[in-house]
Amino acid sequence: MLDWAVISVTVLALLLAAWCGWAAYRDSPTKDKHFVGMAVVTLAVLVQFVVAVAQLIRGDRPDGGMAVFLAYLVGALCTIPAAAAMSLVERTRWGSAIVAAGGVILAVLELRLHEVWGAGHG
Amino acid sequence: MSAAQKAPDAPPAPADGTAPQAEAGRIGTGPGRLLLSLYGVFTVAALSRSIVQLSTKFHEAPLAYVLSGVAGVVYAVITFALWRGGEAARKVALVSCSAELVGVVTVGILTIVDSSAFPDQTVWSDFGIGYVFLPVLLPVSGLLWLRRSARSGREALPQQAGGE
Repeated sequence: MLDWAVISVTVLALLLAAWCGWAAYRDSPTKDKHFVGMAVVTLAVLVQFVVAVAQLIRGDRPDGGMAVFLAYLVGALCTIPAAAAMSLVERTRWGSAIVAAGGVILAVLELRLHEVWGAGHG
Repeated sequence: MSAAQKAPDAPPAPADGTAPQAEAGRIGTGPGRLLLSLYGVFTVAALSRSIVQLSTKFHEAPLAYVLSGVAGVVYAVITFALWRGGEAARKVALVSCSAELVGVVTVGILTIVDSSAFPDQTVWSDFGIGYVFLPVLLPVSGLLWLRRSARSGREALPQQAGGE
């Protein structure tokens, strides 16, 4: 269950990174459509958060330790909103670059989240 | 403080004489804001990593864990300096970025030559390979950016064209 959430978030995060990276390349700031994209990714991360908390309540435990797992879970939740806030004050191509970087960072966090959760779980 | 807060809303580089002075302190806008964001992420990453490692398994590799903590503090200083802006902050950022570069290169060489010195990973191990080499790329681009923003601040008309 969490695997599916991780895969979905990773794919969405990389798509967002490519989209905003393209905007940065074309010398364009983030536009409304990009913020819709960020909202979609954030929503997916929220779903993942709920799924993960549900698994923890059910009694599943992350292999890599609870504190580390929770840190990555919360970190993943904050990444895109933080990037969105930064791109709101930076109305240049660099604002788009920040969101692109945020997407890549989120994908890396998902990878680590997957590692910390461990392979033995569903 | 107020200048740094107002900067995002102000149109970039108006053509009157006040622009260069304002521009000189703006190390946290444009490309600088991307750097600021990345340094912010690395501050959180390095500090939380060292806090977890120092509190759970300090004796396994004390040097590596203390080093992660030091790296986190250096990142925090640079993040704050970029956010703060101004000439003093630019100097602080220059010194910190240089220290960071020396740190990454030293630890990078040490981890390859004598891996027993660092039995556990740090942010700076193998030139930051675990972090897609960003730990070594960040100080280099940071130093380049700080130099460029200082130059454009000193010139009468900050021309940034032709950099791409």
